[in-house]
Order: sequence, then C-alpha cells, then structure tokens
Amino acid sequence: MRVLPGALLAVTLMPLTVTQARSNWPTPPIAGDAATQVSGPLTGGSADHSKFAALKGPFATGPEVTKACLGCHTESGRHFMKNIHWTWDFTDPETGQRLGKKHLINNFCTNARGNEGMCAQCHAGYGWKDETFDFTNQDNIDCLVCHDHTGTYYKTTNSNGDKSCAVMFEGLPALDLAQIAQSVQLPERANCGTCHFNGGGGDNVKHGDLSSALKDPPRSLDVHMSSDGQNFACTACHVTKNHVWAGSRYAVIAKDTAGPGRPGQRRDVATCESCHGAAPHPAASVRHLKLNDHVASVACQTCHIPRFARGGIATVMDWDWRTAGQTKDGEGYHEHGYTQGNGEERYTYKSIKGSFTYGENVIPDYGWFNGQMRYTTIDTQVDLSDQPIPINSYLGARADGRSRIWPFKRMLTWQPVDAGNGTLVYTHLWGEDTDAYWGNYDMGKAIARGMQDFGLAYSGHFDFLQTVSYWPITHMVAPKEDALACGDCHMENGRLSTVTGVYLPGRDRNRWVDLAGLILIFGTLGGTLAHGLGHRVIRFKNRGNTHDHAGKNHS
Amino acid sequence: MIIRQVLIYTVFERFWHWTQMTLIVTMLVTGFAIHGLNHWMSFDEAVTLHTLSALALLTLWVLATFWLFTTGNWKHYLPTASGLGQVVRFYSYGIFKGERHPYRKAYWRKHNPLQAIAYLALKIVLFPLIWASGIIYLLYSVWGDMAGAAPWLERVALIHTATAYAILAFVIIHVYMLTIGHSFLHHVAPMVSGFDEVELSPEEEAYLITDEPHRIR
Repeated sequence: MRVLPGALLAVTLMPLTVTQARSNWPTPPIAGDAATQVSGPLTGGSADHSKFAALKGPFATGPEVTKACLGCHTESGRHFMKNIHWTWDFTDPETGQRLGKKHLINNFCTNARGNEGMCAQCHAGYGWKDETFDFTNQDNIDCLVCHDHTGTYYKTTNSNGDKSCAVMFEGLPALDLAQIAQSVQLPERANCGTCHFNGGGGDNVKHGDLSSALKDPPRSLDVHMSSDGQNFACTACHVTKNHVWAGSRYAVIAKDTAGPGRPGQRRDVATCESCHGAAPHPAASVRHLKLNDHVASVACQTCHIPRFARGGIATVMDWDWRTAGQTKDGEGYHEHGYTQGNGEERYTYKSIKGSFTYGENVIPDYGWFNGQMRYTTIDTQVDLSDQPIPINSYLGARADGRSRIWPFKRMLTWQPVDAGNGTLVYTHLWGEDTDAYWGNYDMGKAIARGMQDFGLAYSGHFDFLQTVSYWPITHMVAPKEDALACGDCHMENGRLSTVTGVYLPGRDRNRWVDLAGLILIFGTLGGTLAHGLGHRVIRFKNRGNTHDHAGKNHS
Repeated sequence: MIIRQVLIYTVFERFWHWTQMTLIVTMLVTGFAIHGLNHWMSFDEAVTLHTLSALALLTLWVLATFWLFTTGNWKHYLPTASGLGQVVRFYSYGIFKGERHPYRKAYWRKHNPLQAIAYLALKIVLFPLIWASGIIYLLYSVWGDMAGAAPWLERVALIHTATAYAILAFVIIHVYMLTIGHSFLHHVAPMVSGFDEVELSPEEEAYLITDEPHRIR
C-alpha cells in the first residue's frame, strides 16, 4: 500500500524529470572563452597523499619531492614564483623603493643580502647561497616547509659558513622525505612559524607579536588562533589565491572601509574588517555606538592587542652590535642573563651579534599610520647626526583621512654605518672566506666585503650609530574582556599621550578655559560665601536696631 | 491686597524642574569626569551616562518649550526693568541692613525681575550653547572625516567646556539664593507642593475661589 502513492507520484512527475535531465545533465561543457568561475575557500582533504604512487619515493633531495608535487599540481610552481616568499623582492608601487629581504637593511642581523647561505634557510626554496641561484627553476621551490605535517621537516644552511659554525646542525636526524611528502596538508601555524616566529634570529626576536607561543596559544593570548577559540591557521586571515596570500608589511591596509566580502569576494586582504565589518561592535548600546565611531580613526589592533610579546616569550627591544666580537681564549661565546615568562633562558650576549635587551608584555608605541612605510635602503643618503636613524618610518596623519592610530613595536639598535659616505651598510656575516664576520670578528673587513660584492661604495670608515625600526602590531589579539578600556587613552599621560593631530577628551584641555572656569567657580563659591556670611554677621550685630526680619525673597 | 497660598507651579513644571535638576547635575558630574576633573567613574561609564542624560534632557527641553508656548507661561520669563534696580539694590545693600525683599510674587508674575533676566539668559544663551556644541560634539563621527575637522573638534570642545563652567556657576548661585531669608527648606517647598505665598488682588482672589478653587488654599 505504501508503494502505490510513490509510484503514482513518480509517474506524474516523470515527464518533468526527463525534460530537466535533458537540459541540465550531464553538465554542459564550458564554452572555451568563459571566464573562470569563482569558488569558495578551499579546505583541503579531498586527496590522501599517502595513496599517490608518485610520492612513494624514495627521495634523495628536496627538489625531487618538488618535481613529484608539480607532476600533479602543474600550475602551482608558476603561481608560487610570484609569491614574495619566493622572490624576496617587492617594489613599492607608491615610492618605487626596491624592498624585500633581497635588498633591505634591517636592525637585527642587518642584511640578508650576501648572507643568503645562512639567511635563505627561510627562503621557500632550495639552495640560494649566492647570486647564481636560479629563480626560474620550479624544482627549487620548497613545498614541504609549508606543507609538512609530520613536524620532522627541517632545513639547514645553504652554504657551510665558517668552520666554527658546523656545530649548529650536528646530530640532526635524517629526513624521511617520502613519509613527509605523503603526509602533506594545508599549512598550519607551526609551518609558517618555522620562519615567522623566529625572525631576527630567535623566537619572537623580530616582530614581538609572532612567537612560538602561537603554535598552541591559550585564548588569553590569541582568540583566533587558540584551540579554545577559532583555532585559525595563519591562512584563515591571510587568505590565498593562486598561492599568493593576503596581508603584507610592505603594503599595509591601515584603514579598510570595504568591510566583509560576500561569498566569492575579497581574497586579497587580511584586515580585521574583512571579517568583522566596518562597524564591528554590536550597536545595541551607547558604548558600542561610540566604539564603532572609533573604527574610523583607531585601528582594531590598538585596543584589542593591549600588549605584545605576551605568552611567556620575550622579544628583543634593544640590540647593541658595539659589544660584538669579544672572545674568550680566541673563541666566541654567549651569555644567558634573561629568564622569560615561560621559564626559558635567553641570550643577553653573543660574540657574533652583540648584546640584547628583552621585553615582555610590552606596551606598544602608537601613531597615525596610513599603511605607507618609507625605508632607508642601502643607497639612501642619511643624516648621521640625526639619530636614531630610521630603518623604516611609518607615514600618516589625522588630516589625510586614510590614517588610523596603530600600535607598533619600536626596535632600537646600535649597528654599523658608513661614517664617511653617510649610508647604511651590507655586512658580510656568513661565508667560508676569511672576510666573514662570523669567523673573523672583524667588522671593518666584513663591511668592506659586504659592500664590494654588490659594487657599492664604502668609505672605509664605519661607526656604530643608533637606528630605529617600527613593526606594526597585528597578532596576539586578546579576548574582548582584555581589550583596552576607554580611559586607558582618554586620560593625561595615557596610552596615546604622544599622538598628535586630534583633540582627545580626557587627555586634552585648554588651560586658559580651565583656569577661567575654575576662577569663575571658586569666585562664585567665595562670593556667595562672603555674601551669605556678610549679611548674617551684619544683621546679627545690628539686631535690635531693626525688627523687620521677615524679609522674603524669591530666589 | 491679601497674601494667600496659591498653586503657582503645576505638576508639569515641578516634574520639569526636578528632572532637569537631576539631569544637569548628572551631566555636570559626568562631563567633568570626561574632562578629567573627577575620577568617580570610568571614562566609558561617564560617556554613556553623559550621552543618555543629554538625550533625556533634550527631550525634556522640547516638551518644556512646547509647554511654555502653548500655555502662555513663556511670559513669566519676559525681561522687565521695572523693579530690577530695587532687587539688585536689595542683594547688594539692603540685605546687609536687614531690609525686606522688595519683590512680592504676583499671580501673573512668579519670578522677580532679576530672576527673570537670569533664567532668560540661561535659556537663550547658556543652554543653546551647551546643547548645540554638545550635539555637534556627539556627531563628530559624521563630520570627523571632513578636511580640517580635528581643530574644529577642539573649538567645539572648548565652547562646551566653558559653557559647562558657566552653568555650574549658575547652579551655585541658584542654590545659594535658596539660603537667603527663610530656611532652605522653606524656599524649596513650593517647588515640591506647587503652592507659594502670592499677593492677590481681591479680584484675583475672588476669581480663584470661584473658578479655580483647587489652586488656592
């Protein structure tokens, strides 16, 4: 009996179903010139790489694995070669400055250029040790550093360096490249963190808001990345399209007014607003309405990242190259001297680098930022008397309409400069030759070689001067209950005490208006007091002289 | 002439007065907290209270203005020079000699000439300054992105702050006046009960007894 209605229904609908099938099935072919359709974000998981014959191995080298990857992912090599993780090269569209690690001076280990044998461990490729590296060979791409899911993958230096450096990689276990290749996944925090948590030569040294604590952070450290929160991988915000991902320190979007993208839109920004919108506080109260007004002039990060270098891992705030090069019995050495929040010891002195001062739970610097950074490049003439020399400086002002108040880590370093020509210098730190500082501890020779290798003029006289660099703070977003309160900025000597160009209630006042106001108030109080006492005293003295106390007034 | 207890402050006037008093005190306290002169509450609590009180006070002023003009009560605030000199002379001289206050409340004129001028100044100078600057201040997000907005915010804030000081001075004098002559409570009572001693002509008295008996006792 149950079958009958179903059969009747099927018979009734049959003509319609057949018609539909004719027009929609099979999927009609895409016309040859049709534009590519837009898909949603990919989450992976559709292929088990351990089942691919191409990944059975054995693999002797990384490039062999890459060749196998590219055998299926035929276009990924071409795509990735546009990525700054491969090029280390970025030309600022507004200033025309040549940026990227390939060119820039920093105030940590000073320069990657000429030291690629060491520094390019963090290049997403294999074997960049000098100018001969082939940037056009797709097999040189390192897929595994980002996609390894075993946690066993590591890289060593691309050249040996001084013989004394050989100890660095002693006793490392051999890589099982086949196993690693079969376990590839979408990148997780630890993959990106291999390099980004260790920028500047150690855990959290450079950024202050990127440390190994983010591999598995508690919610109090980062609401998005915590497994108690959203458990975001880096690429949840640094959205990816064709192996190029959003979010750049060289081209910061300081004020995103576009808000969230609907499905299929916006694969090009990593801003808070791209998810939270341009009015992120639920507008159900006066407080939230007022907070939403602040979005126009205050970056989300300013209130929601109240301090950086949280989570027990310190960042370097001051670096002094002047003390580098001291030896004991002719050997370099290092000293512990700082115990950070998680109990680990940090070096406060290394012969190869100098002295460090650490900071934890640091209150950022604040300033108007329109997203534009200006760098002091190797060919920039600088005024050596105007210290600290900015390695980079951020641009912006209240009046330009594009800026918001952003938090920054301010990094101060004493580092070598060309005292004769008034420029920064490339230092040759790493090499097998006798000029490398990490071997001979001779800064003069290291600079001469570092400049000479790239045909740059060097006066022969170097000096140590103080430099400063600014790092926008954007990670380690605290839970909302830990965000700054209004009064942290709206007060005298508060967080924004140095920010100019705006009248900040609670911080700013006109002293003449206040002086006049207080004179008026205390004058009025004094006047009424004198008047009140006066007429009572006089009438008390004159009592008996008059009987008219019934004076009625209507005030 | 006879002095009788007459209802001169209607229910609405008393509601207006006390609500306004509460809101103005709240706004002075929260406003000066925002300005950093007291730290009795957090900045965001101060801003929230200040904003909500402002909206309530603006609503009340709209109601009061409507009431003043529809009932004809606005006439009480018309300035007059008649008797002004005497009142000024009383507060600056006569009071010290123990003289009587020269003014008698009349049914058609419940404020003395000095009071009328003071209240009028408050209504047409200080209040418009404070609410106009306050609304502009409150709506900063609307015009804050216009060129040169930042220095204007400072000017608006200065006007707002300066006016607040003037209003506070007014409040001090206003409260002080209640202590002159009779006791403070005696002066406040009419604004609670609505009834005050008023000098009535026989015709006024007869009218009230006959036509509005609830207004006289």
